[in-house]
Amino acid sequence: MIKNAVKEPDRAPLMARRPKWRFSWDKASPVLVLIPSLIALGIFVYGFIFWNGYISLTNWNSYIPNFSFAGLKNYAAVFETFRFQADIRNIIVFTALFILGCLSLGLFLAVLIDQKIRFESFFRSIFIFPMAISFVATGVIWSWVLNPQPNAGINLILRALGDSHPPTWFLSPIIIPSIGLGLIKVGIPLALVAVAIAAVWQMSGFAMAIYLAGLRAVPDEIKEAARIDGAGAWRLFWSVIYPQLKSSTVTAVIILTAASLKVFGLVYAMTGPGQDFTTDMPTLNMFDTTFQGSQFAEGAAIATILFLLMAAFSVPYLLSVLRGENREENS
Amino acid sequence: MALRQLNRSLLYVVLIIFAGLYLMPVYLVVTTSLKSGASINLAQMWDLPTQFSFSSLAASWQKLGPNFLNSVYLTVPATILSALIGAANGYSLSKWKFKGANAVFFLILMGMFIPYQAVLIPVLRVLDTIGLYGTIPGLILVNVVYGIPITTLIFRNYYAAIPDEMIEAAKIDGAGYWGIFRRIILPLSAAGFVVAGIWQFTQIWNNFLFAVAITVPPHQPVTVAVVNIAGSQTIQWNVQMASALMASIPTLVVYIFLGKYFVRGLLAGSVKG
Repeated sequence: MIKNAVKEPDRAPLMARRPKWRFSWDKASPVLVLIPSLIALGIFVYGFIFWNGYISLTNWNSYIPNFSFAGLKNYAAVFETFRFQADIRNIIVFTALFILGCLSLGLFLAVLIDQKIRFESFFRSIFIFPMAISFVATGVIWSWVLNPQPNAGINLILRALGDSHPPTWFLSPIIIPSIGLGLIKVGIPLALVAVAIAAVWQMSGFAMAIYLAGLRAVPDEIKEAARIDGAGAWRLFWSVIYPQLKSSTVTAVIILTAASLKVFGLVYAMTGPGQDFTTDMPTLNMFDTTFQGSQFAEGAAIATILFLLMAAFSVPYLLSVLRGENREENS
Repeated sequence: MALRQLNRSLLYVVLIIFAGLYLMPVYLVVTTSLKSGASINLAQMWDLPTQFSFSSLAASWQKLGPNFLNSVYLTVPATILSALIGAANGYSLSKWKFKGANAVFFLILMGMFIPYQAVLIPVLRVLDTIGLYGTIPGLILVNVVYGIPITTLIFRNYYAAIPDEMIEAAKIDGAGYWGIFRRIILPLSAAGFVVAGIWQFTQIWNNFLFAVAITVPPHQPVTVAVVNIAGSQTIQWNVQMASALMASIPTLVVYIFLGKYFVRGLLAGSVKG
């Protein structure tokens, strides 16, 4: 407000003197610099998404392109497959496990690290380093750690702790509670839990970093005031500090959901589609349908569904972030 | 006071346990990689190698060495290009706000949130048409274009921290768009380039979807080689682990030495800046 009040008076006469529009390199340059990027993204993002959407409405389901109009036939066909129904169950279960795991572990570790500890950067680095590794390396590594043999990997430790029938991890065919719905059994496929463990190992450091930044932004005065009011550590955290972390949670959930919907290399390297598609994902299904099965239109339909899912939460999020930014600038 | 002491000790114990859990896969990968094929035994997989053997690492390098080099040829130019484009875009969007700049920014950012499967069929058609399908230049092009949103975001947030007064003062001195970029912005950009560079280096090096869809042997990057080695029934665990380790070393080295900047990229990538 104050800024505007100072600026306004000297700007007004200047504007009045100027002609309405005059070409200036300084005004054109920022736009000119952006134009190549906008063209590239216009084609590669927006153009290609429309193109892909168009393909999903055609009969191109063999090696030879066929662009005759098919309506929503491919979508109907995809939804009727066992594999895609399993994908829907899997992506929901996986996203839930992955986000709950990352957020709870991330918040827990962030709070521990925020206690003015010694070797802080050392601990922080350890919890974040898996993010520097590729999803495929993570998949390969964790298929070794969670080796399904009863006498290998984590199972050796579980047996030493007295578990005589350790799980078969990502090879497990078990779904809990396994309720029949459509063609599939609905529940939590145990194999997917193994994949989620690897994914949480890789990405929980991200949630920790976001929460740590959020914790550092909580003003000390607020904590001090609550402490003076006699709030204990537990109460202080849940009633005073945690509500301040709401925007950190929202950011983390959005980014992690995006990562979850995109998950591909991890599953590809660790398990593939799995027995009865218990670890399959829409991303893998699209890849196989399109490039192994040459069902291009059906692959495009799966991709479009995936895109719409992603857009449904990312567009509102981006709009709200940019709007919030505008508000800050104008105030 | 004694309780406080106890709490502090407990805090460190918990931290050390979790650090151990996070490092456990690293322990397994490194020790398995240093065992020879003959000494690989599932029941003893947690044991330290009785004698260090580099035969697994050598065997895996023989398989994925060429792919490793492909990844270098891919990642270095793609990282430099996308950082430069991001810097120019970020400068325009933060310091020369024009009407509609925020709408443009939104349209660019959306590119970060698309599942790449949704563009994959058209990408392959276009690369095929222009003769870049199956090649590393094709993969560079794709990684650069889809890297524009994140590098633009990183630089826009980075430049937003440079005071507008500096730009205004330079304008009064008669400097224009490029003059200000050269004399004020670029000299202050080193950290921004490190953040964007590390981020893109890690993303492109680790990318698998584009790599497996776009390239064909012998042009495939290291991530594809790791999956191929892991998928082969005849290759032993020690070689698989050695390959996963080898493929992770470049990004891990960057992380170990420049982790601070990696985390900045991480936070910048979450849009909030």
